[in-house]
Amino acid sequence: MKAVCWQGKKKVSVERVPDPRILNPRDAIVRVTSTAICGSDLHLYNGFNPAMMRGDILGHEFMGEVVEVGSGIRDLRVGDRVIVPFAIACGNCLNCQESLFSLCENSNPNAWMAEKLWGYSSCGMFGYSHLTGGYAGGQAEYVRVPFADVGAFRVENGLSDDQVLFLTDIFPTGYMAAENCDIKAGQTIAVWGAGPVGLFSIKSAFLLGAERVIAIDRFPERLRLAREAGAETLNYEECDIREGLDYLTAGRGPDACIDAVGLEAHGDSIQYAYDRAKQALSMETDRPIALREAILCCRNGGIVSVPGVYAGFLDKIPFGSVMNRSLAIRTGQTHVHRYVQPLLKHIEDGDIDPSFLITHHLSLDDAAAGYDIFSNKQDGCVKVVMHPN
Amino acid sequence: MALQEAVLEPGVRDFDIQPHRPRRGTVAENDSMNRALGWFSVGLGLTQLVAPRELARFIGIPDQPFLLRFLGMREISSGIGILTKKEPSNWLWSRVAGDVMDLALLGIALKSDESNRNKVLMAAAGVAGVTALDWMASRQSSEASGRILGLKTRDGMIAGRTAMTINRDRAELYRFWRDLENLPRFMNQIQSVHRRDERISRWVAKGPAGVRLEWDAETVDDRPGERISWRSLPGSRVENRGAVEFEDAPGGEGTEVRLRMEYRPPAGVAGALVAKLIGQEPEQQMREDLRRFKRLMETGEIPTTDGQPSGRSMMRRDRKYER
Ligand SMILES: NC(=O)c1ccc[n+]([C@@H]2O[C@H](COP(=O)([O-])OP(=O)(O)OC[C@H]3O[C@@H](n4cnc5c(N)ncnc54)[C@H](O)[C@@H]3O)[C@@H](O)[C@H]2O)c1
Ligand SMILES: [Zn+2]
Ligand SMILES: [Zn+2]
Repeated sequence: MKAVCWQGKKKVSVERVPDPRILNPRDAIVRVTSTAICGSDLHLYNGFNPAMMRGDILGHEFMGEVVEVGSGIRDLRVGDRVIVPFAIACGNCLNCQESLFSLCENSNPNAWMAEKLWGYSSCGMFGYSHLTGGYAGGQAEYVRVPFADVGAFRVENGLSDDQVLFLTDIFPTGYMAAENCDIKAGQTIAVWGAGPVGLFSIKSAFLLGAERVIAIDRFPERLRLAREAGAETLNYEECDIREGLDYLTAGRGPDACIDAVGLEAHGDSIQYAYDRAKQALSMETDRPIALREAILCCRNGGIVSVPGVYAGFLDKIPFGSVMNRSLAIRTGQTHVHRYVQPLLKHIEDGDIDPSFLITHHLSLDDAAAGYDIFSNKQDGCVKVVMHPN
Repeated sequence: MALQEAVLEPGVRDFDIQPHRPRRGTVAENDSMNRALGWFSVGLGLTQLVAPRELARFIGIPDQPFLLRFLGMREISSGIGILTKKEPSNWLWSRVAGDVMDLALLGIALKSDESNRNKVLMAAAGVAGVTALDWMASRQSSEASGRILGLKTRDGMIAGRTAMTINRDRAELYRFWRDLENLPRFMNQIQSVHRRDERISRWVAKGPAGVRLEWDAETVDDRPGERISWRSLPGSRVENRGAVEFEDAPGGEGTEVRLRMEYRPPAGVAGALVAKLIGQEPEQQMREDLRRFKRLMETGEIPTTDGQPSGRSMMRRDRKYER
């Protein structure tokens, strides 16, 4: 089959590789119909994860049709149309039973490695480096889905791929980010990053009852989508964000701040140069520019919700601000499974049409171009969906 | 009860199964040498991390940035360990481990056509010199502690312990373990266990370098739903003993399982060190065995990626990192 393989920093290529096969009783094989590139893939693409190996198959936002099931699968049939959460979860361990699916204790075969870096391991994930299991991803014609009885959700034919694909990751991720803000009527939420995760955070914050959402980014097309979603916007290249938010909230600060940027934050200040230099020297793994700002801007007693991905060690986090101002930090890889049904319902009810942010449909063969424009935010790119054919 | 039989005693839960008290002064006497080695580690590690390609070029080996970066992380952590730990012996041993690994890599590099022989030999000489220093420093400070390279040892036996909570009934876990013939399903090193009678069983394991090892073991203690302990019969090629205990986890969170084992490594402690260098650290292996047990009991299977496709499928195996 054809698959998108990581070949090194800023290099992916479509390769012919063997078809996946059933390895465990609870596996299924899915023929992929749509597969997206995520902001998280960019962290791998840009070489921020040392546990990538040349030849790893990328991709964790995908859906398709079941073509084979293992002997342990009962409820799934060949021909079923399914979406598959990026987090791999067994459904049996204590964390899975508490709906903390991205903390599944059993799905990461390389848990020992994550334990060395993080203390304990997260779940296994598709196409997301050997630290989270080294599972072959879904930017391919076929993909093996472990624990498919828990991790493959049937969707009816009434909705298009474009409408349901993002249930695999970014819609639940934005939703969980907003849910983590414990939004009460009348509250103001600030969102750093108007990329796919930021945009879904904005929509979800409104779904959950926010009065106002203020979005921060620098790309006009992204800020426009944010405004179309009902947010007010600030361009961080044109104004001082703390000052702007302080003014807009009349000196209180946003009730909650969402960092939907993550470890590759961009900036135009000396801070940015500092973090880039440290990153280049491997003295810091992540550039937490948005996170620092989100902490400093947040209202006293407020919540900083962090869907943006961080991998290792962060410098100059104003923890004194967190402590002295009673801030709470909420974060995590998304527990996708617990949001699929409720969010599917929102889509069916017409509350939201997640396809609004797709700017590019490409053939899987053009993956290299897709990564390039999405990474460099060229050509007005907000979200790339690819199709093997 | 002799001291070395302690592992068979109940109370696996007691964390400090082998108290050791460093002799006072030993560490301080070697302070300045330790510190110098610590800084050397940090410096080398940083170079490996920051400039793996340049370093590879400098010492004349093929360009393998991931490997060099990984070695770099290890160097830095052992350097920091040496510089900050009050009792640095295992960190020092990890320096020795690192040195041996570097020498082995240089050895491999020497064989590859892509390398520049002279440069590699120079680098090897440098590493060998530092190895000697490391060896001296670690010998001196580990005499006091009973730990060699993070290996816990007593009387030439390697000791390990590990624990995990399993979301299953205590009785069920006990039953599965009690049927010793099940053990090879989750213990990677064990190829088979055959029952001879109620008490005695025959074990076959794959030892270092694929050597087949066999011994007879007896079940010492068997308390249904609570604990099982075993030891090899006198005269066995691989002297070993162990115990597993099952206890209800608080709050109805399943069962706490604690495993302790001791064995006399077939090739001596030195052999065990070599095994550790190639990634077979005994306590880590115990932990992975217990983890596989947990996974098998909770999910009915053991998650793996062994056999999945990748863009490097020309390689026979695609299981680089699973332990
Ligand atoms: N928690 C999860 O499970 C999960 C799931 C999916 C994605 N993520 C993470 O969410 C983050 C965003 O993903 P995405 O797909 O939206 O990626 P993206 O790269 O498309 O979006 C990031 C946006 O942040 C903006 N940005 C950069 N620096 C900024 C700054 N200093 N201030 C404000 N905005 C800034 C960029 O202009 C861009 O629009 C990534 O870190 C990704 O890994 C997390
Ligand atoms: Zn993602
Ligand atoms: Zn689980």
